[in-house]
Amino acid sequence: MRRGLARLTFIDLFLWGFRLLVILLVLYGTAGTLRAGRYSAEQWFDFVIFGLAQGGIYALIALGYTMVYGILRMINFAHGEVFMSGAFTAYFLAIWLGASGVLDRRPLVGLALVLALAVAVSTAVALLVERVAYRPLRRAPRLVPLITAIGASFFLQYTFRGLYGAGIKAYPEIALFVGEVGVGGFTILRTQVVVLVTAAMMMVALYLFVMRTRTGKAMRAVAEDKDTAALMGIDVDRIIVVTFALGGAAAGVAGILYALVFKQVHFFMGFIPGIKAFTAAVLGGIGNIPGAMLGGMFLGVVESVGPALFLDGLGIVAPYQLKDVIAFTMLVMVLIFRPSGILGERLAGKRA
Amino acid sequence: MRQIRLLVVAAVGLALLAVGPSAAGPVTLGPVTDAVGVVRIARGQPIVLASWQVISGPNASLGIDQNRGIELAIEDKGGRLLDHPIRLIREDSGCNAEGGVTAATRIAANRQVVAAIGSTCSSEAVPGAPILWRAGIVTVSGSNTAPVLTAANRPATLTGYLRTAHNDQVQGRVAAQFAYFAQQVRRAATIHDGSPYAEGLANVFATVFRTLGGTVTAQEAISPGDTDMRPVLTRIATGNPQLLYYPIFVAEGGHVTRQAREVAGLARTILMGADGLFAPDFLRAAGPAARGMFLSSPDLSPEALGPRYQRLLERYRQKFGERPPAAFHAHTYDATHMIFAAIERVARKDAQGNTYIGRRALRDALFATRNFQGVTGTLTCTATGDCADPKIVVYEVFSANPERWEPGTDPKPVFPRR
Repeated sequence: MRRGLARLTFIDLFLWGFRLLVILLVLYGTAGTLRAGRYSAEQWFDFVIFGLAQGGIYALIALGYTMVYGILRMINFAHGEVFMSGAFTAYFLAIWLGASGVLDRRPLVGLALVLALAVAVSTAVALLVERVAYRPLRRAPRLVPLITAIGASFFLQYTFRGLYGAGIKAYPEIALFVGEVGVGGFTILRTQVVVLVTAAMMMVALYLFVMRTRTGKAMRAVAEDKDTAALMGIDVDRIIVVTFALGGAAAGVAGILYALVFKQVHFFMGFIPGIKAFTAAVLGGIGNIPGAMLGGMFLGVVESVGPALFLDGLGIVAPYQLKDVIAFTMLVMVLIFRPSGILGERLAGKRA
Repeated sequence: MRQIRLLVVAAVGLALLAVGPSAAGPVTLGPVTDAVGVVRIARGQPIVLASWQVISGPNASLGIDQNRGIELAIEDKGGRLLDHPIRLIREDSGCNAEGGVTAATRIAANRQVVAAIGSTCSSEAVPGAPILWRAGIVTVSGSNTAPVLTAANRPATLTGYLRTAHNDQVQGRVAAQFAYFAQQVRRAATIHDGSPYAEGLANVFATVFRTLGGTVTAQEAISPGDTDMRPVLTRIATGNPQLLYYPIFVAEGGHVTRQAREVAGLARTILMGADGLFAPDFLRAAGPAARGMFLSSPDLSPEALGPRYQRLLERYRQKFGERPPAAFHAHTYDATHMIFAAIERVARKDAQGNTYIGRRALRDALFATRNFQGVTGTLTCTATGDCADPKIVVYEVFSANPERWEPGTDPKPVFPRR
């Protein structure tokens, strides 16, 4: 009993104190910001929408991390480069379509072509990495594929740098998506509407695929227990390929959405979104598909709203420089309260 | 016993790390005695110079442009100095502190390097220049502009650092005067990215603008690699600034330029960047949104720099097949020639034709540069390493078409009026 108490006093007290401190700071900052009344309701709405649009992109990338983790128990660190490869390659098609006027006359057809190319390239790169870098190491200790993944990530970055150059490229503006739409007294940028709708559709489609189809069921079975699934007649290699293909396709879509919102593409563009999406996957509970979606949205909104809401009231100048600090503090907080993420890592029976 | 020996070795190693090169005592090699060290270049062997510039990533065009300036200067000499061939080692400094440390460490490990040219970004020089000087290597930058590098109270570790680029004390002043007098702006906001360059320049701008009587509504900051600027721009919009000055780099500058127009309350705000954005790559990143914005940068127009620069530009185009993609090739060209002149002044030959260069002597000769006729003007170095003859102007971007990048016509200098 006394030993238990002694243990409690040291680590637990510190952790509880830390939790309390962060919560108090957040509350104090929020109260200060709201009292100061610097931002109007529209501006708060804008912050949330900016965050959701960014979060939708994080979520789509995070799906790739989380599905691969669910099945192989490995972090595919090359996934950021899968995202980059599609958007970077499709840039050349987009420029060509833009110059020939297709993007202005038939914007949806043009965008569909660009999207198709990006998805195809991202999927192909994801499959290639799986075949060349991961499959031969399937039975190796867990650290080995992790290091390979980092190697594959560098390899892809510098391959694409060699192919397309080190400079920045920018997607053309699509006239259809310039401007804003009004929603109940608020305005939203058209690109953000496109991003939110597409991301939501992608996520629902993916969720239904995993929950309702035979292949999806097989994926869940493999995630649960590879050997038993194989005994049940499931072709495990094929399921792993399907998983990588789905993750790659989602990353391809995310790449085009990113290009619509931010325009710039370059060979290093996958690094930071990749890290953020990985964070989002961990936030939501890695291996858990709805968790990745929720984690992505949560991270996006916290990055966008957090600095203004929490830090402004604390009197911190230039709060947006600390946006990553907020995002990662949130990660730490979530992991302290729920060590396996918001929705939990292992949902044995109902894991998606 | 062995442990004690190890301890002694470790202690000596630490002590050597702690003190600079000057503590090693004078070194004599051949005919030269020098307090820091002597480089011996055997007959027929090359004189080694090192360039540390950013040659990858979004800011690659800045460093590539400067490496070409160095190549042109070496070509002027026919590739030879004091009967030795000139050899140039290139390191990529990445435009960040980590890259600067890596590049400087690699250069410092080569005992034959006589002098270095670089870095591109001030963030590289702050940690990198001390590493070079600890190895006795003097470095001259053609594009670092952060005030801290040559401030009166700069640390002794920067003793071996000079630059031919302007100090941002000058650029920030011109930018603030442009905003206050030419644009009649009374409320301005700034954004920096935490780098010594951007933070220093944004602060000088804000200080001068306040002194002139203007109000600075926000001094915001972002992080390198950020893409979503809309939240921070929304925050800036709450102060209703008439002008937004963001002396940051290409990728982030492109995002700010594009997204500022999409944020309620900033639709009519005047946008203004600085020399870090003075590159056609920035127009690629920013797209049509850059039309009508302003950039403060060194004056590269024919009227300011005269026929010598025109001839250099002609050679540049012939050799590399394109216009300079950034603003500091000429400054770096001058930096390289300054180093050549200083080497010629201090190098000594022995009877066999070997050359000896004292490191401290070379550093002192560079600092003693007076009335050096460079392409960018008449260069005279101060005791803290500022050698530039600064000519800062504010350019207006007209077509925002990277293919038509032609400093002097588009973008065109609009302030100060000539």
